[in-house]
Amino acid sequence: MTFVSQFLKQARVMTSDLRHRRIIRTALGNYEIVRDKRKAAFQNWQSARQLAAETKWEAVNHLDQYLEELVAKLEARGTKVHWASNSAQAREIILQIVTEKKARSVIKSKTMTSEEIHLNDALEHAGLNVVESDLGEFIVQLRHETPYHIVFPSMHLTRDEISELFQRELGSAATNDPEELTMIARDALRKKYITADIGITGANFAIAETGMISITENEGNARLTAALPKTVISLLGIEKILPKLDDLALFLPMLATMGAGQALTAYNTMYGGPRQPGETDGPEEWHVVLLDNHRTELLADAEQRDALQCIRCGACLNVCPIFRNVGGHAYGTTYSGPIGSVITPHLRGLHDWKHLSNASSLCGACTETCPVKIDLHHHLLQNRRNAAQEKPSASEQTTYKLFAFAANRPKLWNFGRKVARLFQPLQKPVKGTALDPAKAWTQTRDLPPLAKESFKDWWKKRK
Amino acid sequence: MTVTLFIPCFIDALFPRAGISMVQILERLGHRVVVPEAITCCGQPPFNSGYWDEARAVAAKVLPQLANADAIVIGSGSCGAMLKVFYPQLFEKTPQAGLAKQISERTWEFSDFLVNKLGVTDLGANFPHKVTFHDGCHGLRELNLKKQPRALLANVKGLQLVEMSEAETCCGFGGTFSAKFPMISTAMGDVKCASATETSAEYIVSNDSSCLMHLQGLLSRQGNPLKTIHLAEVLNQK
Repeated sequence: MTFVSQFLKQARVMTSDLRHRRIIRTALGNYEIVRDKRKAAFQNWQSARQLAAETKWEAVNHLDQYLEELVAKLEARGTKVHWASNSAQAREIILQIVTEKKARSVIKSKTMTSEEIHLNDALEHAGLNVVESDLGEFIVQLRHETPYHIVFPSMHLTRDEISELFQRELGSAATNDPEELTMIARDALRKKYITADIGITGANFAIAETGMISITENEGNARLTAALPKTVISLLGIEKILPKLDDLALFLPMLATMGAGQALTAYNTMYGGPRQPGETDGPEEWHVVLLDNHRTELLADAEQRDALQCIRCGACLNVCPIFRNVGGHAYGTTYSGPIGSVITPHLRGLHDWKHLSNASSLCGACTETCPVKIDLHHHLLQNRRNAAQEKPSASEQTTYKLFAFAANRPKLWNFGRKVARLFQPLQKPVKGTALDPAKAWTQTRDLPPLAKESFKDWWKKRK
Repeated sequence: MTVTLFIPCFIDALFPRAGISMVQILERLGHRVVVPEAITCCGQPPFNSGYWDEARAVAAKVLPQLANADAIVIGSGSCGAMLKVFYPQLFEKTPQAGLAKQISERTWEFSDFLVNKLGVTDLGANFPHKVTFHDGCHGLRELNLKKQPRALLANVKGLQLVEMSEAETCCGFGGTFSAKFPMISTAMGDVKCASATETSAEYIVSNDSSCLMHLQGLLSRQGNPLKTIHLAEVLNQK
């Protein structure tokens, strides 16, 4: 099955699942209320966005310099830095570290980049026990699912569903109390931190100036992941750069605001590398894997480079009417929603993933909300143009050539309108059936009748 | 002032009353209205589908029709955005770039023209009904139309405007999107219709006939008595 037919199938299933749509709508409705409250706490939200966009734009446009600065600072404190051009290389680097350490178990904190490179599969295939420590990620891992949303991995599940899952997988007692459910997961996870040989983290930001990895989280799980195992690996895309430590003063509250409607995320930590001489704790070894995986190609695209400004807050998903109605899994991608539809064609090929750019009404709610001002919906339009240039669909191109031919001949156009009006009654008995040429529309919607007298008929008569 | 009225294909073929209302309103305000009859379509369908060469072929015939116009008025946020925002992009680095830019600068969506160019908000209209307003996405986010239609509705006698919670949410039309992804388009439309129904309004008013066609199509099919009407028609009711 092609990616597009899979998407269409999933979209059909998910849009008819009214229960699912209600769950997502309620969850995101609550998000909107707290988000707006936090936005209002900024002195001037629009100038904060502008500053954030300019800061990331600077970082992205001088990525080479900032990456060098970051790496030099990281290495100076003993972190081993690895460069990965693509997913396969990143997996290989990580597997090699794991093998050298003769590791048997891995604990992970939330990282979408590891989803992007399908790291868990590779580690499990190599015989390792891999545990996700973020509660939402832990839940979807138990369900053998990918994260539903880049910030809220299990937002599609109710507490009862999570309770059933825990009863089945962890042998716990039935409860739908959020605190009790969290405690069940915590009990299962605490043991894993202590026995894990390797901790794997992502990064929210990488500070070039100080050579630090900034991780923001609500559960303290990333701190344990990065503190208890002897070896820690941080996997991050090269676009995670922020030039200065001071930039966090804007980006931490901004990410918390747009990500989850919080003033600040509960735990904000800057990691500077492995245990230094004279220090009593911390990991003995720290590795940073910097992943390209087609990001430099996006960097070379002058039109869409700003997509690298993304801080993965998920705000565009939350306001997207497509996402809200088909849900995160329908996309079949690591990054869903508007940002996913924009970048997936760059990460995984335009031809296979252009349908996601078509699956948009171009309403622009994403662009309006994006805290770093990525021109998301216009990029969808550009992806459509690039796809049509690269490999036009013969039927669509012919349709539009005919359309242009007719549109440029007003008499023919008007004649076509009159003919269509004559034939419109014939469509009534077959309305919405396979015989109806307009069935894509008429299965769920009525078509308005063509006017007896068009505007231009009226205008001519009047003159 | 001579106002060049751009009649979108939708309004011409399906909703002529919206166009007629605009002519009558502008003439009542003392302006001379001209309609370039050779214009059929702005070229948005091929443009939004990525077929920019074909879109350019259509738009290239539109440009000379509007070359001498002082003020171009369009009763659609969507086609308005095509002329105002996307024509300059479409003709970038072509010999018509300058003309496209000129036309963009002289183009006004109908409500924006009345409120911000003519400074008129009271048209003496009378429409004793409870209505809710749908912000078409192109109008709202490409052309920044939010206050203009509301300023005009505020002066309509007897009219009660009740805002719906999803006023700024897309109706799900999206041009060819509605036919390529009918299930998503319909789901989005259902959200909008439910929100409009909650207000217990009698009419959904908008400045975009294409959105209204989508919503009316869903409402009629579902037997929902809620009706749709173009802003210009409301403003032309006596």
